[in-house]
Amino acid sequence: MRKIDTSIIAEKLYGMALRAGVNLTPSCRAALESAAESESGEAAKFALKTILENSKTAAEYGMPVCQDTGMAVVIMEIGQDVHLVGEQLKVAVDGAIRRAYADGYFRKSVCDPITRQNTGDNTPAVLHTEIVEGDRIKISYLPKGFGSENMSRLVMLKPAQGVDGIISTIVDTVKIAGSRPCPPVVVGVGIGGSFDTCAYLAKKALLRDVGSANPRGDIARIECEALQKINQLNIGCQGFHGDVTALGVNCEWAPTHIAGLPVAVNIQCHCVRCEKAVI
Amino acid sequence: MKKLNLPLGEDTILSLKAGDSVLLSGTILTARDCAHKRICEILDRGEKLPFELEGAIIYYAGPCPAKPGMASGSCGPTTSSRMDSFAPKLLDLGLGGMIGKGEMSAEVQKALVRNKKVYFAAIGGAGALYGRAIKKSECVAFADLLSEAVYRLEVVDFPAVVAYDSFGNSIY
Repeated sequence: MRKIDTSIIAEKLYGMALRAGVNLTPSCRAALESAAESESGEAAKFALKTILENSKTAAEYGMPVCQDTGMAVVIMEIGQDVHLVGEQLKVAVDGAIRRAYADGYFRKSVCDPITRQNTGDNTPAVLHTEIVEGDRIKISYLPKGFGSENMSRLVMLKPAQGVDGIISTIVDTVKIAGSRPCPPVVVGVGIGGSFDTCAYLAKKALLRDVGSANPRGDIARIECEALQKINQLNIGCQGFHGDVTALGVNCEWAPTHIAGLPVAVNIQCHCVRCEKAVI
Repeated sequence: MKKLNLPLGEDTILSLKAGDSVLLSGTILTARDCAHKRICEILDRGEKLPFELEGAIIYYAGPCPAKPGMASGSCGPTTSSRMDSFAPKLLDLGLGGMIGKGEMSAEVQKALVRNKKVYFAAIGGAGALYGRAIKKSECVAFADLLSEAVYRLEVVDFPAVVAYDSFGNSIY
């Protein structure tokens, strides 16, 4: 049994949150650079270049790359041989997020769903924990903006709709979103599981690098075909029309019920901010 | 790229076509979801707004706090379609135009044509660049709404694209 004080987790997460708010992930930046190079639409190309210039400005001045510094999504895979000591994990996580959003001059974007009263410190974080083997903790941090989150969908398909149904659900979601979620988007897709695990899989898919492929061949082919079809929609960067409407499609899967085929599509804007660490 | 000073005169508005790239300089007001709700509640009660609506350009945005020594934090546009239900009414009451990102409703487009006004698209996700284009920021209403309050911004060479022009044309 390995003892880990939650203050160590909090300190690690604090640094991750500060870095994530200011920087695009390397795979996202590479995909944007490649899109700016290849884009044939004039206005879309201008917008892509502006977005790349923005990421340099953000780094130069230590400013958030996007003002929507998001809801703080924290996914922790905790080895079952770990014994957590100290402050309760949830309290430690919220403390780290509270400090990072204050010290980073990040926007506080979390509010009561009914009164719309802002909590004032961007807490609570969205904390998911999974118990895995071993004595380590893997932390993934994804500050998630809501312009894109708002365009996400979950559809319960019939099993007979199969792969074609999955692909058209993904493509239609991006089509309906149009210019609103800040395209070019990254599409996180959950396939299978139950209603709740399907949405979680879609979120986890966004933790993968932009341009990576699912190790399962038939799932990777769904990613590939969906991406091709999305980029034929001619929505383009910011909806200004062009060749690049999505930078990538990442699918994750889980076994499901014989009666169902849940598909969750979690839309991520072009501003992918994600940090990972292992303790 | 056209350089425009705010407020926009009618001749300037009529010269703008969907797809034109512009650099805006002058005064704009931020307002997003909660501020719009309050603005419309005040107007419904027949009371006076705490700022001048006539000719004002509303920027659908909620800034990050400014770091010490900076005029503003990151401040890119938010999704405009969430303000679809408010924009026609405000345009009919004299609003000078809007800046945001993404498509808006057919009713908003009609209200722009009816009032000879323009909707500009800023580049979503370019928050740091827009923050640097803001030279002065002052909260003028609803301070309790934090980033959703109304801020009066002085901007210089703020890049945008004419999304909907005053003739009913659209870039989308």
